[in-house]
Amino acid sequence: MNHQRRDALKTGGGLGIFGMLVAAGLVKPGSALARDQKVFDAKTIDEAFAAMGAGKPEASDGVTIVAPDIAENGAVVPVGVTSSLDKIESISILVEKNPNMVAANFLLPEGTMADVQTRIKMGQTSDVYAVVKADGKYFMAKKEIKVTLGGCGG
Amino acid sequence: MAGPMRIRAATADGVTEVRVLMSHPMETGQRKDGSGNPIPAHYITELTAKHNDKVVMTTEMGPSVSTNPYLSFKFKGGASGDTVEVSWKDNKGESRTDKVQIR
Repeated sequence: MNHQRRDALKTGGGLGIFGMLVAAGLVKPGSALARDQKVFDAKTIDEAFAAMGAGKPEASDGVTIVAPDIAENGAVVPVGVTSSLDKIESISILVEKNPNMVAANFLLPEGTMADVQTRIKMGQTSDVYAVVKADGKYFMAKKEIKVTLGGCGG
Repeated sequence: MAGPMRIRAATADGVTEVRVLMSHPMETGQRKDGSGNPIPAHYITELTAKHNDKVVMTTEMGPSVSTNPYLSFKFKGGASGDTVEVSWKDNKGESRTDKVQIR
Protein backbone atom coordinates (compact mmCIF):
# COMPACT_ATOMS: atom_id res chain seq x y z
CA MET A 1 0.00 0.00 0.00
CA ASN A 2 1.29 3.42 -0.86
CA HIS A 3 0.70 5.48 2.25
CA GLN A 4 2.52 8.51 0.97
CA ARG A 5 0.11 8.80 -1.87
CA ARG A 6 -2.80 8.78 0.58
CA ASP A 7 -1.21 11.49 2.68
CA ALA A 8 -0.60 13.54 -0.41
CA LEU A 9 -4.23 13.19 -1.41
CA LYS A 10 -5.41 14.20 2.05
CA THR A 11 -3.18 17.25 2.13
CA GLY A 12 -4.25 18.16 -1.35
CA GLY A 13 -7.90 17.87 -0.35
CA GLY A 14 -7.37 20.12 2.64
CA LEU A 15 -5.66 22.73 0.55
CA GLY A 16 -8.47 22.59 -1.93
CA ILE A 17 -11.02 23.57 0.69
CA PHE A 18 -8.77 26.29 2.03
CA GLY A 19 -8.24 27.59 -1.48
CA MET A 20 -11.97 27.70 -2.02
CA LEU A 21 -12.45 29.74 1.14
CA VAL A 22 -9.76 32.17 0.07
CA ALA A 23 -11.31 32.40 -3.35
CA ALA A 24 -14.69 33.03 -1.76
CA GLY A 25 -13.11 35.80 0.28
CA LEU A 26 -11.55 37.32 -2.79
CA VAL A 27 -14.69 37.15 -4.84
CA LYS A 28 -16.74 39.00 -2.29
CA PRO A 29 -14.45 40.70 0.21
CA GLY A 30 -17.14 43.21 1.04
CA SER A 31 -19.48 40.69 2.54
CA ALA A 32 -17.20 38.14 4.14
CA LEU A 33 -14.80 40.45 5.89
CA ALA A 34 -16.92 43.46 6.62
CA ARG A 35 -18.28 42.47 10.02
CA ASP A 36 -18.02 45.66 11.99
CA GLN A 37 -17.36 44.96 15.65
CA LYS A 38 -18.48 48.49 16.52
CA VAL A 39 -22.03 47.61 15.54
CA PHE A 40 -22.02 44.60 17.84
CA ASP A 41 -20.41 46.50 20.72
CA ALA A 42 -23.05 49.23 20.77
CA LYS A 43 -24.57 49.75 24.19
CA THR A 44 -27.65 51.77 23.30
CA ILE A 45 -30.08 51.57 20.45
CA ASP A 46 -29.03 54.97 19.15
CA GLU A 47 -25.38 53.92 19.22
CA ALA A 48 -26.22 50.76 17.33
CA PHE A 49 -28.17 52.70 14.71
CA ALA A 50 -25.31 55.16 14.38
CA ALA A 51 -22.72 52.38 14.04
CA MET A 52 -24.83 50.77 11.35
CA GLY A 53 -25.03 54.08 9.56
CA ALA A 54 -28.78 53.95 9.92
CA GLY A 55 -29.25 57.28 11.67
CA LYS A 56 -32.89 57.37 12.72
CA PRO A 57 -34.67 54.62 10.84
CA GLU A 58 -38.20 55.44 9.78
CA ALA A 59 -40.97 53.26 11.21
CA SER A 60 -42.56 51.38 8.36
CA ASP A 61 -45.54 49.10 7.82
CA GLY A 62 -43.44 47.32 5.23
CA VAL A 63 -41.38 45.66 7.94
CA THR A 64 -42.91 42.87 10.02
CA ILE A 65 -41.48 41.09 13.03
CA VAL A 66 -42.75 37.56 13.38
CA ALA A 67 -42.30 36.62 17.01
CA PRO A 68 -44.35 35.53 19.99
CA ASP A 69 -45.78 38.20 22.34
CA ILE A 70 -44.60 36.16 25.28
CA ALA A 71 -41.51 34.00 25.27
CA GLU A 72 -41.47 31.45 28.02
CA ASN A 73 -37.81 30.67 27.61
CA GLY A 74 -35.57 33.67 26.99
CA ALA A 75 -32.71 31.43 25.87
CA VAL A 76 -34.51 30.52 22.69
CA VAL A 77 -36.84 33.13 21.26
CA PRO A 78 -37.84 32.53 17.66
CA VAL A 79 -37.78 35.79 15.74
CA GLY A 80 -38.46 36.26 12.07
CA VAL A 81 -38.48 39.36 9.93
CA THR A 82 -40.30 39.80 6.67
CA SER A 83 -40.58 42.89 4.56
CA SER A 84 -42.57 43.97 1.55
CA LEU A 85 -40.17 46.79 0.65
CA ASP A 86 -38.27 46.82 -2.62
CA LYS A 87 -34.51 46.56 -3.13
CA ILE A 88 -33.71 45.23 0.30
CA GLU A 89 -30.03 45.06 1.10
CA SER A 90 -29.96 44.00 4.71
CA ILE A 91 -32.07 43.07 7.72
CA SER A 92 -30.87 43.49 11.30
CA ILE A 93 -32.39 42.26 14.53
CA LEU A 94 -31.72 44.23 17.72
CA VAL A 95 -32.76 43.55 21.29
CA GLU A 96 -32.84 46.75 23.29
CA LYS A 97 -32.18 45.35 26.74
CA ASN A 98 -29.53 42.79 25.89
CA PRO A 99 -25.91 43.56 26.78
CA ASN A 100 -25.13 42.72 23.16
CA MET A 101 -27.84 44.60 21.43
CA VAL A 102 -27.33 43.59 17.84
CA ALA A 103 -28.25 39.94 17.51
CA ALA A 104 -27.79 39.44 13.82
CA ASN A 105 -27.34 41.26 10.61
CA PHE A 106 -28.50 39.55 7.42
CA LEU A 107 -27.03 40.76 4.15
CA LEU A 108 -29.31 39.84 1.31
CA PRO A 109 -27.91 39.68 -2.21
CA GLU A 110 -30.33 40.20 -5.07
CA GLY A 111 -32.59 37.19 -5.46
CA THR A 112 -32.72 36.44 -1.75
CA MET A 113 -36.11 37.22 -0.27
CA ALA A 114 -36.79 39.43 2.72
CA ASP A 115 -37.93 36.57 4.88
CA VAL A 116 -35.49 35.40 7.52
CA GLN A 117 -35.89 33.57 10.79
CA THR A 118 -33.55 32.85 13.63
CA ARG A 119 -33.55 32.26 17.36
CA ILE A 120 -32.17 34.74 19.82
CA LYS A 121 -31.48 35.05 23.54
CA MET A 122 -33.27 37.64 25.62
CA GLY A 123 -32.20 38.44 29.16
CA GLN A 124 -35.49 40.12 30.02
CA THR A 125 -38.65 41.59 28.55
CA SER A 126 -37.57 44.04 25.89
CA ASP A 127 -38.40 45.78 22.68
CA VAL A 128 -37.04 43.97 19.66
CA TYR A 129 -36.21 46.06 16.62
CA ALA A 130 -36.00 44.96 13.03
CA VAL A 131 -34.09 47.37 10.84
CA VAL A 132 -34.30 46.96 7.10
CA LYS A 133 -32.08 48.73 4.62
CA ALA A 134 -33.95 49.16 1.37
CA ASP A 135 -32.81 51.21 -1.59
CA GLY A 136 -30.22 52.96 0.59
CA LYS A 137 -32.69 53.98 3.30
CA TYR A 138 -33.36 52.46 6.69
CA PHE A 139 -36.77 51.40 7.94
CA MET A 140 -37.72 49.70 11.15
CA ALA A 141 -40.37 47.91 13.11
CA LYS A 142 -40.51 47.35 16.82
CA LYS A 143 -42.21 44.74 18.94
CA GLU A 144 -42.16 44.08 22.65
CA ILE A 145 -41.53 40.49 23.62
CA LYS A 146 -42.24 39.54 27.21
CA VAL A 147 -39.84 37.07 28.71
CA THR A 148 -40.91 34.98 31.67
CA LEU A 149 -37.55 33.23 32.12
CA GLY A 150 -34.32 35.04 31.25
CA GLY A 151 -31.87 33.56 28.80
CA CYS A 152 -28.56 34.79 30.14
CA GLY A 153 -27.12 32.81 33.00
CA GLY A 154 -30.56 32.02 34.41
CA MET B 1 -14.96 20.12 17.83
CA ALA B 2 -18.17 21.62 16.60
CA GLY B 3 -20.51 19.05 15.15
CA PRO B 4 -21.91 19.13 11.64
CA MET B 5 -24.66 21.52 10.66
CA ARG B 6 -28.04 20.18 9.78
CA ILE B 7 -29.11 21.81 6.57
CA ARG B 8 -32.37 21.38 4.71
CA ALA B 9 -32.98 22.98 1.37
CA ALA B 10 -36.21 22.47 -0.48
CA THR B 11 -37.50 24.15 -3.60
CA ALA B 12 -41.11 24.86 -4.50
CA ASP B 13 -42.62 27.28 -7.02
CA GLY B 14 -39.25 28.73 -7.97
CA VAL B 15 -38.29 29.59 -4.41
CA THR B 16 -35.80 27.65 -2.37
CA GLU B 17 -36.09 27.64 1.38
CA VAL B 18 -32.94 26.88 3.33
CA ARG B 19 -32.98 25.95 6.99
CA VAL B 20 -29.75 25.60 8.91
CA LEU B 21 -29.20 24.33 12.43
CA MET B 22 -25.66 24.86 13.62
CA SER B 23 -24.03 23.14 16.54
CA HIS B 24 -22.26 25.77 18.58
CA PRO B 25 -22.19 26.87 22.25
CA MET B 26 -22.67 30.60 21.44
CA GLU B 27 -21.16 31.57 24.78
CA THR B 28 -21.74 35.27 25.45
CA GLY B 29 -18.84 35.97 27.76
CA GLN B 30 -21.33 37.24 30.38
CA ARG B 31 -21.78 33.98 32.23
CA LYS B 32 -19.70 32.61 35.08
CA ASP B 33 -18.86 29.01 35.83
CA GLY B 34 -19.44 27.24 39.15
CA SER B 35 -16.46 28.85 40.86
CA GLY B 36 -17.25 32.37 39.68
CA ASN B 37 -14.78 32.61 36.82
CA PRO B 38 -16.14 34.19 33.69
CA ILE B 39 -16.65 31.82 30.79
CA PRO B 40 -14.92 33.32 27.76
CA ALA B 41 -17.07 34.40 24.86
CA HIS B 42 -17.28 31.88 22.07
CA TYR B 43 -19.76 32.56 19.34
CA ILE B 44 -20.22 32.42 15.60
CA THR B 45 -19.50 35.74 13.98
CA GLU B 46 -20.20 35.12 10.33
CA LEU B 47 -22.10 32.76 8.17
CA THR B 48 -22.15 32.53 4.40
CA ALA B 49 -24.49 30.45 2.31
CA LYS B 50 -23.94 29.73 -1.33
CA HIS B 51 -26.19 28.30 -4.00
CA ASN B 52 -23.79 26.57 -6.37
CA ASP B 53 -21.16 29.33 -6.44
CA LYS B 54 -23.39 32.33 -5.86
CA VAL B 55 -23.60 33.84 -2.39
CA VAL B 56 -27.26 33.92 -1.36
CA MET B 57 -26.91 34.93 2.28
CA THR B 58 -24.32 36.47 4.55
CA THR B 59 -25.17 36.76 8.22
CA GLU B 60 -23.17 38.60 10.82
CA MET B 61 -23.98 37.43 14.31
CA GLY B 62 -23.42 38.61 17.83
CA PRO B 63 -23.55 36.58 21.02
CA SER B 64 -27.27 37.32 21.41
CA VAL B 65 -28.06 34.53 18.99
CA SER B 66 -29.20 31.36 20.76
CA THR B 67 -27.04 28.34 21.47
CA ASN B 68 -27.06 26.01 18.47
CA PRO B 69 -28.18 28.79 16.14
CA TYR B 70 -31.04 28.30 13.76
CA LEU B 71 -31.44 30.25 10.58
CA SER B 72 -33.85 30.07 7.72
CA PHE B 73 -34.10 32.12 4.58
CA LYS B 74 -35.48 31.93 1.06
CA PHE B 75 -34.01 32.74 -2.30
CA LYS B 76 -35.40 32.78 -5.82
CA GLY B 77 -34.30 30.03 -8.14
CA GLY B 78 -32.58 26.82 -7.23
CA ALA B 79 -33.39 23.46 -8.70
CA SER B 80 -33.61 20.03 -7.22
CA GLY B 81 -30.09 18.59 -7.06
CA ASP B 82 -28.29 21.95 -6.86
CA THR B 83 -25.80 22.37 -4.06
CA VAL B 84 -26.26 24.68 -1.10
CA GLU B 85 -23.11 25.23 0.90
CA VAL B 86 -23.07 26.90 4.30
CA SER B 87 -19.94 28.02 6.15
CA TRP B 88 -19.51 29.75 9.45
CA LYS B 89 -16.61 31.00 11.47
CA ASP B 90 -16.48 32.02 15.11
CA ASN B 91 -14.58 34.49 17.24
CA LYS B 92 -11.90 31.91 18.06
CA GLY B 93 -11.14 31.33 14.42
CA GLU B 94 -12.86 27.97 14.20
CA SER B 95 -14.90 27.33 11.12
CA ARG B 96 -17.01 24.74 9.49
CA THR B 97 -18.49 24.14 6.07
CA ASP B 98 -21.26 21.73 5.18
CA LYS B 99 -23.20 21.25 2.01
CA VAL B 100 -26.44 19.69 0.99
CA GLN B 101 -28.38 19.09 -2.20
CA ILE B 102 -31.66 20.87 -2.77
CA ARG B 103 -34.60 18.52 -2.60
